[in-house]
Amino acid sequence: MRTKVVQAAVMKMLTGIQGFDEISNGGIPRGRSTLLVGGPGCGKTVFALQTLVNGAIQRSEAGIFVAFEESVTQIFANAASFRWNLPDLIRKKLFFLDAHLSPSVVRAGEFDLIGLLELLRVKSNELNAKCIVFDGIDVLLDLLDDPVAVRQEIYRLREWLLQTKLTGIITQKVNHDSASGPYSFLQFMVDAVIVLKHQVVDGSAFRNLRIVKYRGSDFMGDEFPITLTSGGLELTNRGPDELKYTVSEARISSGLPRLDHMLGGGYHRGSNVLISGAPGTAKSTLSGLFAAAACARGERTLYVSFDEGAEQIVRNLRSVNIHLAPHVKSGLLKMYSTRTRGPNVVDQFGALRTRVLSHRPQCLVIDPLSALSTKQAHLASADAAQQFLDFLKREQVTVVNTSLMDGLSTDEATATGISTIADTWIHVSYVVQDGERNRALTIVKSRGTGHSNQVRELTLSSQGVTLTDVFIAQGKVLMGVARWEWEQEEEAATKRVNVSAELKRLQLQLLQAEAAARLQVVQTEMEARTAEMALLADATGAATKLVKTDRAVLRRMRHADEDAAVAERTGTRGLAAKIADDGGF
Amino acid sequence: MPKARTKKAGLQLRLYIAGSAPNSVRAVANARAICAEYFPSAHEMEIVDLLDYPLRALADEIIVTPTLLKLLPLPVQRVVGDLSDKKQLLLAMGGK
Repeated sequence: MRTKVVQAAVMKMLTGIQGFDEISNGGIPRGRSTLLVGGPGCGKTVFALQTLVNGAIQRSEAGIFVAFEESVTQIFANAASFRWNLPDLIRKKLFFLDAHLSPSVVRAGEFDLIGLLELLRVKSNELNAKCIVFDGIDVLLDLLDDPVAVRQEIYRLREWLLQTKLTGIITQKVNHDSASGPYSFLQFMVDAVIVLKHQVVDGSAFRNLRIVKYRGSDFMGDEFPITLTSGGLELTNRGPDELKYTVSEARISSGLPRLDHMLGGGYHRGSNVLISGAPGTAKSTLSGLFAAAACARGERTLYVSFDEGAEQIVRNLRSVNIHLAPHVKSGLLKMYSTRTRGPNVVDQFGALRTRVLSHRPQCLVIDPLSALSTKQAHLASADAAQQFLDFLKREQVTVVNTSLMDGLSTDEATATGISTIADTWIHVSYVVQDGERNRALTIVKSRGTGHSNQVRELTLSSQGVTLTDVFIAQGKVLMGVARWEWEQEEEAATKRVNVSAELKRLQLQLLQAEAAARLQVVQTEMEARTAEMALLADATGAATKLVKTDRAVLRRMRHADEDAAVAERTGTRGLAAKIADDGGF
Repeated sequence: MPKARTKKAGLQLRLYIAGSAPNSVRAVANARAICAEYFPSAHEMEIVDLLDYPLRALADEIIVTPTLLKLLPLPVQRVVGDLSDKKQLLLAMGGK
């Protein structure tokens, strides 16, 4: 008999928990059991409940939640802080069993889980459930009070799960080392083990998750930081993730036409822009310009500040003719001012992500992003900024970040790596010259853009923000008053050139006029001569006639018979005849 | 006098079991023995097999088997286990 060996791939069930499905290559094992272990408050119940809720929402799969530790009412109250709409799901897809034994229950001898499992089987068939959560199994096992009974009931549970083909999630509370706790053999029995940890480093709370075991599947075994957001639990740093997002060719205005021109049309939509510079170099002003321009286009915008209150920002920007107040009023612009709290930036980026998901902005300002990238940041959160920016890319949010730094090569820039992942990097610096401090703006880089490499002077006034060409004279870049003087000098020079040109023009005009006048004289003379000639011709004609007439008269007077012959010869017969007819002289 | 009171208010019990599982079988035997010994005339006990009536068990919020419910006299009391611990059981029944 031949045995066909089938390499049955482990079927998986997506948890819908951001990041977990990636590190586990597709979620928890379907039709098998997964154990979640961890200390109090590290997110076991949230993980389990979220998986159930996501299954119900995304795949319309019914599920059962058996609560051993907390009452169902407590669980509902805790879950209300997430946007899960649990009451609605309970009506349709989810069943909660309060298996929380009240302290008033008297224990009188041995008991088993046969009854409970039977009830759950009935309920599961009725709902056609796909997934079941046993939350806080340790509480139930504690009641058994006998290691043999515990083992027996756990095997019973395992058998039951295999029979029902339900995907089981069992959570177990451990206080210390998860591998040597009282029910550590649970870990050998299940197909996957996930350890959740809650620890405090430098006064900041960190939660993380690690897959310890996964039968028949590969997984990433590192500790991954997790954060709790209004959507539930999330793995913020998911390790190597394929960079995949749609890129846009569209340009949006930076709010400063001259800068748009330098960038070849503005920022790319969905790109991230870094504006770096020392304090007071108008980084916030440039951010404000961007926000105001976005709102003017009717785009939803979020302005996050880590060093100023919203009202102060609005007031300050008003002084340079940038008006955000109407947009705040219309709800298009959301201002969010906060302080950074210690080195755990993972949670803080999580909070920002939640804000982004709730306001759904097309444009975002983070002023300054460097507030979230202190050098003291925990190793686990080193990539948090990058993760967040990647998230914004996927969401097609155009973001302008500011970063506080004095030069182009400070540790701060390299610590976060923001400068390397920024698509466009604008640096504003001070140029001190002739006892003045002026702002110089340069575009350090701009991906996918043939950008200007020239330095521009940034000036702020109550009229607004302007970028001006700087002058280079005697190998020096001129700004401020020096530039103004140069401009005045240039203007005077231009004026001089203009005046001499005008003079020349007038002279030429005069010459032209003279020439024209001369032409007129000659023409007039010409006319006079012509007239004279005409007169002369007339006069000559008349004289000839007279001579001929005289001759004819003479002839007639002498020989009338010669008349015909004369006429034939001269051709003046008619005239002579006429004269003769008229009676002659 | 005590007899009349118990007759009226009575001792009303409901025992949930799971088929012929060892704990369940023991619980039935133990419950009967105790009732016969301590409440010979004034008790009423219903034995419900959860495998036959799961929805009833669900309504009564039964979690483990066996579970004994003391419905009367009030307050309602729950006892889990095979009822081999006579002392605990009697305390729960409000007996002496």
